[in-house]
Amino acid sequence: MRAFADLLDRLSLTASRNAKLTLVRDYLRDTPDPDRGWALAALTGDLTFDAAKPAFIRKAVEERMDPLLFRWSYDYVGDLAETVALVWPAKPGANREPELSEVIDALRGATRAEVQRLIEAWLDVLEPTGRWALLKLMTGGLRVGVSARLAKQATADLGGFPINEVEEVWHALHPPYEDLFSWLEGRSDRPRPDSPGRFRPTMLAQAIDEAVDFGRLDPADYAAEWKWDGIRVQAVNEEGVRRLYTRNGDDISKTFPDVLQVLDFEGALDGELLVMGDDGVASFGDLQQRLNRKTVDAKLMARHPAGIRAYDLLADAGEDTRLLPFRERRERLEAFVGRLATPRIDLSPVQPFETWAELAALRASPPAGDPQIAEGLMLKRWDSIYEAGRPKGPWFKWKRDPFLIDAVLMYAQRGHGKRSSFYSDYTFGVWAEVEGKRALTPVGKAYFGFTDEELKQIDKFVRDNTLERFGPVRSVKAQPHFGLVFEVAFEGLQRSTRHKSGVAMRFPRIHRIRWDKPAGEADELVTLERMLAQMEGR
Amino acid sequence: MIKPESLLRPTPAGLYCPPGDFYIDPTQPVDRAVITHGHSDHARAGHGAVLATPETLAIMAERYGADFAGATEAAAYGVAVHRDDVEVTLVPAGHVLGSAQAVVKWKGLTMVVSGDYKRRRDPTCPPFEPTPCDVFITEATFGLPVFRHPPDGGEIARLLRSVAQFPERSHLVGAYALGKAQRVIRLLREAGWDKTIYVHGALERLNRLYEDHVVELGPLEPATVATKQDFAGAIVIGPPSALQDRWSRRFPDPVQAFASGWMQVRARARQRGTELPLVISDHADWDELTATVDELRPGELWITHGREEALARWSELNGIKARALALVGYDDEEEDG
Repeated sequence: MRAFADLLDRLSLTASRNAKLTLVRDYLRDTPDPDRGWALAALTGDLTFDAAKPAFIRKAVEERMDPLLFRWSYDYVGDLAETVALVWPAKPGANREPELSEVIDALRGATRAEVQRLIEAWLDVLEPTGRWALLKLMTGGLRVGVSARLAKQATADLGGFPINEVEEVWHALHPPYEDLFSWLEGRSDRPRPDSPGRFRPTMLAQAIDEAVDFGRLDPADYAAEWKWDGIRVQAVNEEGVRRLYTRNGDDISKTFPDVLQVLDFEGALDGELLVMGDDGVASFGDLQQRLNRKTVDAKLMARHPAGIRAYDLLADAGEDTRLLPFRERRERLEAFVGRLATPRIDLSPVQPFETWAELAALRASPPAGDPQIAEGLMLKRWDSIYEAGRPKGPWFKWKRDPFLIDAVLMYAQRGHGKRSSFYSDYTFGVWAEVEGKRALTPVGKAYFGFTDEELKQIDKFVRDNTLERFGPVRSVKAQPHFGLVFEVAFEGLQRSTRHKSGVAMRFPRIHRIRWDKPAGEADELVTLERMLAQMEGR
Repeated sequence: MIKPESLLRPTPAGLYCPPGDFYIDPTQPVDRAVITHGHSDHARAGHGAVLATPETLAIMAERYGADFAGATEAAAYGVAVHRDDVEVTLVPAGHVLGSAQAVVKWKGLTMVVSGDYKRRRDPTCPPFEPTPCDVFITEATFGLPVFRHPPDGGEIARLLRSVAQFPERSHLVGAYALGKAQRVIRLLREAGWDKTIYVHGALERLNRLYEDHVVELGPLEPATVATKQDFAGAIVIGPPSALQDRWSRRFPDPVQAFASGWMQVRARARQRGTELPLVISDHADWDELTATVDELRPGELWITHGREEALARWSELNGIKARALALVGYDDEEEDG
């Protein structure tokens, strides 16, 4: 338990992805079975408990100490699990600390009352970090900034394998994954991945380099499709096992029961999950209403019905189709989707074209209807197999040019890790009429898109022109005749009630720094509102 | 029995002793001062006469220049000194080099002003000596039950494990320039780290002073000479403020560590961007505070600064009369900790 607690403790304060990978990989390397497997399951979200409710934890601690002292402590720390972990009175001469696997074994089959007694006994013997980790585990959701994907990457790193190989077998495995570790450490063969309903690692596209690639690629070799603005999913139904996965293999079946219901086929589809309204595909904002929910109600499903726009076929009635060329897979996909009776699974159409110039024109002005809100185009080689990962050459994405506005830097926040001595996170605003006066209103936040050299320059600007400091944040001088203008690039706009300006940007980043531009000439809020109306009114 | 207020009373300038006409750790310039230890919020320049341990006087001279006071008098630990009718004895407080409690006696009444203190071992100074008294005047910097400082050996082990785990990065440890920095260096040596430790310029004079007073610190280098790559795998120690300043940019992808009792609370670490919090404190934690009060069982407990209300509450619950003085001017939120 102590090693696991130390790992969570360290992860919770580590920002860098590489550092997190090192921490998880080293833990998995140094910790014996079955503890490491349970820890991995906890990190990937495949092991969750909801054994301890906050009210129970509070009551247990108040039986052991003065409630007023507890309240003051809680007020100071602000987090229940952390407060209890720190204030819980140590029990001298208690038993040794439990291992993670002992905790899990004991919880299995324990009644609710027994569970509570167990938790109290463990809190007595653990040190504060261990208590904190235990409480996080018991209250569901570790929230230490590690995605399932990152945990799997660290696992793959342990054996020096590409992550695809782990993802492909993942759904055939169960905690504590002893067969997985045995394979990664070269002690046994790879576990068999072919269980029905499993995830197949996704094939990804490279961004096209317009200056280089079009000169050497033959348009006849490639099919073009719209790049839909939803989320990439894999829909599987094999021997009655229905699953919906994200492109990383996260199982989101429970969030989309309406989609699961229409998977009346035997095979595996690759496609885009979209909200499908009566008048076509809805914006990403609508889909977002459905994402990251543990439970869904009928009303929400009726308001935002989800469906799949299919663009590839990975398995067809028990046959693995991934080694067929795209042309053949496409023909079989069309027949496959054609046999389905539901309107909620449709085909992503192939856009015919002769020359790259013709395709460029199509991308610049998409026809009316769904393509208006596509993110750009996809190019797929007709003769390419379905290959996991991001191979160079067979698939390209050719994104629509981003939207651009000029905004003024208003606040800067200190970064993390490598950037902790730099003001590297920027809130920027545009001009708006506020109570009869022209003032800046914040419209977004960005922390990348600039070089290290530019970061130094912006950091100096922030330090030299600070108005006020609020902890790690500084407000920066921003007036019509003085301020720093950023050209901000973003992928789209959504209405937002959380932002004072009423709009939220998708994927904003600093495109260019306009040292030359007077702040007074930056964009107005009405410009953004016009863009938003255009996106909605397609 | 004389009222304790006749011997020591809180004033805006700090604790004042009317019969001896002196202040203890005054926050403003006064004629006569007794200084418990060298941290700048307790030891200020510009007093008429200063009584302190020889080590504390040396620290003050190093920080403020030889003329930091009109006159100085050194009192070794355990040697009674008289200020008019009042007897003052300095006894070890275990906080930093030279740190002392002031034991003040007058007409059969004994009051102990702890200054800042801790109860656990510190390789850089002698341990706290409990002194029976009628009134114990304590600090309460970490006077909440959430502050339970773990053994410092475990914290140093976490630092060394991280150094081994990330050999391509440097580890930047924020540590208060007086006391904490030298203690961390000493603890690293005890844990077997014999490589050169790089230090910020602000630490150099105090390091030398510590070395002059019997504490061996091992090979140290200024953190300026080497090129960027030389700091990979190195441990660098600097004052906390420097870690968030441009100074830290010379190090390759540094792991930011911070040695302080405040690091017990995750939100505090997060707020500072600390990746590796090291809970190493020169102050008593909750258990040490309550154990000390319990051990001394004074007639009255006065609390100078920190989280007075919680410690006062605990004392009342345990049958000891407590009074919060709420003295201002002692930085309990700052980098000393």
